[in-house]
Amino acid sequence: MRLELVKRPQRSALFSTISPLIALVLTMAAGAIMFSVLGKNPLDALYYYFIDPLRETWSLHELAVKAAPLILIAVGLSVCFLSNNWNIGAEGQFIAGAIAGGILPVVFPDFQNGLVLPLMLLMGFAGGAAYAAVPAFLKARFNTNEILTSLMLVYVAQLFLDWLVRGPWRDPGGMNFPETRDFHAFAILPELMPSAGRAHWGIVFAIVAALVLWFVLRKTLTGFEIRVLGQSPRAGRFAGFSAPRMVMIAFLISGGLAGLAGISEVAGAIGQLQPSISPGYGFTAIIVAFLGRLNPLGIVAAGFVLALSYLGGEAAQISIGLSDKAARAFQGMLLFFVLGCDTLIHYRIRLAGRAPTARGEAAQNV
Amino acid sequence: MKKLILALAASTAALAFAAAPAAAQDKTKACWIYVGPIGDFGYSYQHHQGLLDVEKHFGDKVETAYLESVPEGADTERALERFARSGCDIIFATSFGFMDPVQKVAAKFPDIKFEHATGFKRDHPNVSTYNSRFHEGRYVQGVIAAKMSQKGVAGYIASFPIPEVVMGINAFLLGAQSVNPDFQVKIVWANTWFDAGKEADAAKALIDQGVDIITQHTDSTAPLQVAAERGIKGFGQASDMITFAPETQLTSIVDDWGPYYIERVQALIDGSWKQNDVWGGMKDGHVVMAPYTNMPDDVKAAAEAIAAKIKDEGYNPFTGPVAKQDGSEWLAEGQVAPDGEVLSMNFYVKGIDDKLPN
Repeated sequence: MRLELVKRPQRSALFSTISPLIALVLTMAAGAIMFSVLGKNPLDALYYYFIDPLRETWSLHELAVKAAPLILIAVGLSVCFLSNNWNIGAEGQFIAGAIAGGILPVVFPDFQNGLVLPLMLLMGFAGGAAYAAVPAFLKARFNTNEILTSLMLVYVAQLFLDWLVRGPWRDPGGMNFPETRDFHAFAILPELMPSAGRAHWGIVFAIVAALVLWFVLRKTLTGFEIRVLGQSPRAGRFAGFSAPRMVMIAFLISGGLAGLAGISEVAGAIGQLQPSISPGYGFTAIIVAFLGRLNPLGIVAAGFVLALSYLGGEAAQISIGLSDKAARAFQGMLLFFVLGCDTLIHYRIRLAGRAPTARGEAAQNV
Repeated sequence: MKKLILALAASTAALAFAAAPAAAQDKTKACWIYVGPIGDFGYSYQHHQGLLDVEKHFGDKVETAYLESVPEGADTERALERFARSGCDIIFATSFGFMDPVQKVAAKFPDIKFEHATGFKRDHPNVSTYNSRFHEGRYVQGVIAAKMSQKGVAGYIASFPIPEVVMGINAFLLGAQSVNPDFQVKIVWANTWFDAGKEADAAKALIDQGVDIITQHTDSTAPLQVAAERGIKGFGQASDMITFAPETQLTSIVDDWGPYYIERVQALIDGSWKQNDVWGGMKDGHVVMAPYTNMPDDVKAAAEAIAAKIKDEGYNPFTGPVAKQDGSEWLAEGQVAPDGEVLSMNFYVKGIDDKLPN
């Protein structure tokens, strides 16, 4: 006996709407069981996970700080994924953007005026885009597998940054420790409300980018082209759309936004370059993109949910001594149930006694 | 997905009232943030042992909390701020990379004490730094290595080329050279503090190159276990790892943070807490050698003698004559290296056949 996923002829509007709710209830139920088994009060745990981080202004700011890079990267990735370009290297493009933007405050620390920050942001965008252009060019020209090339370039970027901050870019006053000099005041991305918390302009960039891309994807010919080429490259060719051109466009947009996220993170939240500037935002953003159903507005919400799950995990560790591993397992449950519920809207499970029929209705999992 | 957020807010709103947080007590609250998991059986594990010592020592008078696996970067500041707002009176930040976030959060919360391990910035009066002279233990290990090694070559798995690690390599070689002036050390830079896979690979590569003793400045037990498989000897790191390699570990440098943590929490309770910069060694009880095992009695005696010399007579492993790698003089006969030079060390001593990555 085996299980199969069979595509539903049409999906239920009702269940599409309430699917996130069902997922949430299932997560809470499963989480409550796990917390009880660990000897924690499940109500306390859920409270600290979902409510405590939202109770105070500073914590809401932190939510924005955490969500900003996730959203910015993920909306870019949605263009890639919708057009069937599998950019797995956003983490590298994030770092490339941070390095490119960091050139001004680190190498030219005496260049200090109001131009510095706008230039840094532009260079960050350009740096990420240029780095993404490498796997894009290889795919468009030689038909290489972009999953591999973009992923491998992540490690190149990480090691290059590591080399820079230990070598040529090391802070001359830093006793040989691996970090650059602090960015000067003109190179810092301002906080939105400095008295209230740490949220900086990065979250504004993220939301503006989401709105713009939502408009482009929904209302413009380019958006139509992206979706057609993603769903049916052959149909796209008949319509006169160029697949290699789309590869470049998609990678440049997503690389550029990842680069912008990178420079915003170092100029906003960190204030200098270090050996490690991202706890894996470029990879987590892939989850955010799918959690938001590749819709830029959905991604904004998904980014906040995922950020909340990080903050909540910390709050639960501090307040009730939940272990880091349990906090992450709970985060995993949330993602599992959300994606699982989504899958079951589009597909139904069928018990098959023997090998599948040859009618081609057996579908793949998402 | 918007709905998900609404749903989150709505369906858990009731919980907000059901489970209000515990009211703040007038107990002293001490908090720790670790860069790694407390299950690493190395660096973070050992800091956590210090937390447990504090709990044992103070009992009900002190409340503790900790966060493990906190990434160095934008997340550090949030973790510190959450601690500061959750009623912590003293916060121990136990990794070098937490340095700048500690300064930022300390500025915002002048009434909370911050203690940063291994850093050098004390921008505000409520920030102290502390570290241990682990290199003293490495000098002892060097002596043991030179006596135990048949080939006169040891393998050294290093993490990152920061002064802390470089001084350890130098102290190890100087200890070994005090026994065998031709002793050599081969170095592999693993570029990680904790990655069992990479550390094991590094150990295998070194053993394949012919070393017959292994030491490490990374935190997992993997190199020691590889040494055990290959039938050579090695040293533990940060904690006593004898249970992972009962036939292999010669000794281990145990970071004993407990005494310092108890002292600082006590000072806070007494109202006598002041900013300091502590660099404690064997004589302060901050660096402890695990039992000398798997070695002949004469080696054990030599190890005990040099450890006693450091601990009781205050012998500094960096005492001249010492030459730099290029042969130029660093310390003249009898000259003792000033702490400042050791803390910013970015050169090898003579006899190391490796180029410092930088």
